[in-house]
Amino acid sequence: MAKLTVDGTEVEVPNGASVLQACEAAGVEIPRFCYHERLSVAGNCRMCLVEVEKAPKPVASCAYPVADGMVVKTDTAVVRQARRGVMEFLLINHPLDCPICDQGGECDLQDQAYSYGMDHSRFAENKRAVKDKYLGPLVKTFMTRCIHCTRCIRFSSEVAGVAEMGATSRGENMEVGTYIEKALTTELSGNLIDICPVGALLNKPYSFTARPWELRKTDSVDVHDALGSNIRVDARGSEVLRILPRTNEDVNEEWLGDKSRFSHDGLKRRRLDKPWVRQDGKLRPASWPEAFGAIAAKLKDLPGERIGAVAGDLCDAESMVALKDLMASLGSQDLDCRQDGAALDGGRRDFYTFNTTVAGIEDADAILLVGSNPRREAPVLNARIRKRLNHGGYPVAYVGQPADLTYAARHLGDGVAAIEDAAEMLRGAKRPMVIVGQGALRRPDGAAILAAAWALAASVGALTPEWHGFNVLHTAAARVGALDLGFLPGLGGKALPAMLGGGVDLLWLLGADEFDIAAIGANTFVVYQGHHGDRGAARADVILPGAAYTEKGGTYVNTEGRVQRGYVAVQPPGEAREDWAILRAFSAVLGKPLPYDSIQEVRDRLAAVNPVFKTLQELPHRGCTDQAGPSGDPAGVDREPLLPAVVNYYQTNAINRASATMAECTRTYVTPMLQAAE
Amino acid sequence: MSLTLKYFFRQKATINYPYEKGPISPRFKGEHALRRYPNGEERCIACKLCEAVCPALAITIEAEPRDDGSRRTTRYDIDMTKCIYCGLCEESCPVDAIVEGPNFEFAVETREELLYNKERLLSNGDRWESELSKRLELDAPYR
Repeated sequence: MAKLTVDGTEVEVPNGASVLQACEAAGVEIPRFCYHERLSVAGNCRMCLVEVEKAPKPVASCAYPVADGMVVKTDTAVVRQARRGVMEFLLINHPLDCPICDQGGECDLQDQAYSYGMDHSRFAENKRAVKDKYLGPLVKTFMTRCIHCTRCIRFSSEVAGVAEMGATSRGENMEVGTYIEKALTTELSGNLIDICPVGALLNKPYSFTARPWELRKTDSVDVHDALGSNIRVDARGSEVLRILPRTNEDVNEEWLGDKSRFSHDGLKRRRLDKPWVRQDGKLRPASWPEAFGAIAAKLKDLPGERIGAVAGDLCDAESMVALKDLMASLGSQDLDCRQDGAALDGGRRDFYTFNTTVAGIEDADAILLVGSNPRREAPVLNARIRKRLNHGGYPVAYVGQPADLTYAARHLGDGVAAIEDAAEMLRGAKRPMVIVGQGALRRPDGAAILAAAWALAASVGALTPEWHGFNVLHTAAARVGALDLGFLPGLGGKALPAMLGGGVDLLWLLGADEFDIAAIGANTFVVYQGHHGDRGAARADVILPGAAYTEKGGTYVNTEGRVQRGYVAVQPPGEAREDWAILRAFSAVLGKPLPYDSIQEVRDRLAAVNPVFKTLQELPHRGCTDQAGPSGDPAGVDREPLLPAVVNYYQTNAINRASATMAECTRTYVTPMLQAAE
Repeated sequence: MSLTLKYFFRQKATINYPYEKGPISPRFKGEHALRRYPNGEERCIACKLCEAVCPALAITIEAEPRDDGSRRTTRYDIDMTKCIYCGLCEESCPVDAIVEGPNFEFAVETREELLYNKERLLSNGDRWESELSKRLELDAPYR
């Protein structure tokens, strides 16, 4: 630890910290453009100049290491003058087109120019102009505005792991770009927009639509992958205009995947905004009482075992507990949340969660991926693995189809049998991790693979009271919540495959679109409750319009088992309602009202069903005290190669299938990839 | 009596409105107009500063990229029944697009006619352009 004085305040910071970090610790804000706490230090913008006693000149605080007894002054005439000079140089080639710049109002350069800029320019010569670059369908560029902080270059090579951006030429001729014109091949490209301190890299779909001061900001949780990234939903009126990440060090740091950030335009298209009832083979608009009446008429005299319910991938825990209670009141045990047929074992919580935790990845020292491609299943989690890898001493191996994970990873083989080759690598590590993906679990021998992975983890010492190295990486945001609630077949209940093909007479789909809808029996009466007119709604006999994740206060449990809650950003369209309220209203029609009338009472019920719902954001201490593995025979693993769970990252659920931006991304990134594979 | 005679021979304050009109300052804040550049291109760039500054919340703007990629409004509405004619919109405009012109005779018979849209504002601008540019020129030294 080093002790130093910043503007008269004494602070203590670790050795090796920079002066800028020491200033932050002392509560002094230092203006900066190139410095970013999650990227390497470049020290090229010179905005963070401070005066250090005994140093001959002002020093760039972001790149200057602290020393014991240092005296730093951040607000002297010399410092102010130096920063003014830097700002004047930066503004020489900056176009000052703030009125037409989308960054206007949330621009670092604009803000700092208020403190350090001059009221006029002394530069009478021509400003330079740079041709705009093409970076794909998500990032719009305006390169004349670039101040060459190189944050984007460092982000793409360090965090995203695609060394595709760089600078050509030097001095005034310097240009930031991709060398050859191509779309950035990363699932994290949206973060370039946040990281750019000026308006050079902008959100393409959001272009010119709104100003930051017009937007209503609501905290929420992302549902497009199972990581549960914390997001901020920016809306104006009844429209979600953009989605930004919210900092949560334990989950997404400050990053967000492109699917989560850009698929909100799907919330405006193909929405179910009124109830529909099928009459003579055709769906017709109906009123709520009519729709409820049609279901109630069908339910009359139907025994419980002929009724089934399936929860989809985007459901909040509130609606799932309401559906579970409704099914219980109807005497049905036929519940399932595993649309993809993943052989998840709900027996113990650590059989189906990401036990190491996302932040825990940074403590691990070896990792094996089984049938999982985190780059497509949870790109922000992949960035975390990459971050750990950058610190060195972290062998990564994977089993499954050969894939580009953006970092060096050893490919052991296509089949699960190859995991034995990783045993030695994992045994040499103190805190090894095994991640099992849905690609491995959704096969017929999924239970065997789960058990085999657990057995491997146990044999290499990954399961100790201090360290839990067994992880399941989910792809559906609702899955862990559903498993926590026990949204699984009860005693003698049918699982999803048994419900299909006429296994039940009434099938209630709660936003479930991701299984083979055509396999539902021809005489099964299908109730679809959800927000998008996707596959499930097309087959439905009654459609109940629900709310999407931005339109309801929902509780979600991420793949780690972390309980998180979002708030209502906009109202559901038309006659659509929050899902738990629909189920509560329907239960009253049946004359068996569910015992809750407010969202708070539903949440109390959640906590009663499973105490994990009592506390938000908290994870219990993760260590493995019980080595007994999941119910599956490790010997039952067959030789078939593992297939990826997610082929097209951009289209995995009803919301992003309705999104024009995601369709454009699919055309740009996925179609050429699939064509090349053929 | 002298007072009476003094006023009798003075010029009359009454004018024969609407055939005669009183003098108007170049800063007079009358009916709004959206101006164009001499080449016919609309000036407004949808920066939304007028919308933000408007104390009566009378201005509503929506924007999106035009086919040529430039930033333009798709909607520019002023609710003239809300407007308090403070002139802050004109002051905030970086491109002198929205101005308050010299026209004060825009009384109408229905409320709906006072809800101006972009088309109406641009046509105002076209009609009053010669007056508007003269006013701006006269006022320029004081800005």
